[in-house]
Amino acid sequence: MNAVTPQTRQLVRMRGRSYVAFVFSPVVPVAGWLEEVDATLARSPGFFVGKPVVLDLSALELSSSGITHLVSSLEQRNIRVLGLEGVDENHVTTSMPPLLTGGRNTMLAETAPKETREMREAAKDALKKAKPASLLIETPVRSGQSVVFTEGDVTVLGSVGSGAEIVAGGSIHVYGTLRGRAMAGIEGNASARIFCQKIEAELLAIDGFYQTAEDISDALRHRPAQAWLAGDVMRIEALN
Amino acid sequence: MAKVLVVTSGKGGVGKTTSTAALGAALAQMGQRVVVIDFDVGLRNLDLVLGAERRVVFDLINVVQGVAKLQQALIRDKRLENLWLLPASQTRDKDALTEEGVSRIIAELRTRFDWILCDSPAGIERGAMLAMRYADAAVIVTNPEVSSVRDSDRIIGMLDSKTVKAERGEMVEKHILITRYDPGRAARGEMLSIDDILEILATPLLGIIPESQDVLKASNVGSPVTLHNADSAPARAYIDAVSRLLGDTIAMIVPTERKGFMSRLLGRKAA
Repeated sequence: MNAVTPQTRQLVRMRGRSYVAFVFSPVVPVAGWLEEVDATLARSPGFFVGKPVVLDLSALELSSSGITHLVSSLEQRNIRVLGLEGVDENHVTTSMPPLLTGGRNTMLAETAPKETREMREAAKDALKKAKPASLLIETPVRSGQSVVFTEGDVTVLGSVGSGAEIVAGGSIHVYGTLRGRAMAGIEGNASARIFCQKIEAELLAIDGFYQTAEDISDALRHRPAQAWLAGDVMRIEALN
Repeated sequence: MAKVLVVTSGKGGVGKTTSTAALGAALAQMGQRVVVIDFDVGLRNLDLVLGAERRVVFDLINVVQGVAKLQQALIRDKRLENLWLLPASQTRDKDALTEEGVSRIIAELRTRFDWILCDSPAGIERGAMLAMRYADAAVIVTNPEVSSVRDSDRIIGMLDSKTVKAERGEMVEKHILITRYDPGRAARGEMLSIDDILEILATPLLGIIPESQDVLKASNVGSPVTLHNADSAPARAYIDAVSRLLGDTIAMIVPTERKGFMSRLLGRKAA
């Protein structure tokens, strides 16, 4: 048997892929520019760690030794130069990072503002969320009215009438008499509480646990009180 | 400047119609030009209390639907030339009322009268909504008992949200009129106290009308109590209330039990 297995040749596969890199554009005097880099590093030491950096030297006219010196100066600061740009081919030696061409600003230019825009939007969202964290009602809440505010706390300066209801994502504060229903923490906020100046409530609920007027001790009636959840048990106690 | 005043309550049987008639007559007695409108379509009563039931030809629905002119439907009181009635229809129901029709009638009446009193039906449905819709002010008739007070609270909430004035961001002027107040039962703690009612409703008090046989007697003979027996306790209470509506400051009198020696001896009837 002389089976011949044909020799398989390992193919060298190559693909083109583009990456985003920081481009440094040193300006004259180079010493002053390096000081600026130092100042940036002093503010945030980890700023350039692990980030690919390309040197765009089009603003400078450096000799080969000048380029080598600049690259090593940056390497001393833990900034590794991936490639060079804007340099005459003849000045680039094999010991230097390779010369890159065809770089497009667009990629980086696109990412940078996109990031800030996202950040700005995030900040705006946070602001938007922060603004209606509570709802203030300055009038009495009448029988049959229903106030639903899932974003946060509800504060009522007047009374909440019998047959009225307040539904809040956060806590409920009633500075008048609470005669109606108060449901706090309805979106699963077990730490929400209900406070009122005078408790005559028909129903109190926090995060789905509730007590009706029957369950509320008569000793508490007509007094300032608060209700909160201790585990799965709703506690109602007089304030002070 | 005409004023549209709705007399409302939510609950039935508290004395809306009686109060509308008494307030309307008292206003007319004080020289105001007054029209009272019965919004209780299908269950009209204001014509009876005013003693005008035998003179009704056209009614509110006829005017709303354009069958009759407003002038044809208005009935002038025989005793008070300043008092007019726009009766409700007894054969139709509240669905026959339209918002545009009511709006048009109120606008027309505003040009001819000083006061337009709307006698609201009980409940919170179409009839009651339309009666309060164009109101500038409201008298909320409340009995000193929990169900009436809670219904009044509900009505106050609607006055603050469902009226044209509320939708424009203005406030309807609101007054509480406590009727059927029984001093004897109040003294025994069998009724809600005035303070409790006002605390719950958080609305200024216009007057306290004592429970009295005079009210019933006046209604039965088709005369507002302020006309029938102006010296009776309820009539005086209504007249004081009207003076307050007109802007006068009059001390509030809480009715008390007044019993002579003999009535105290003979007041208790054997069952």
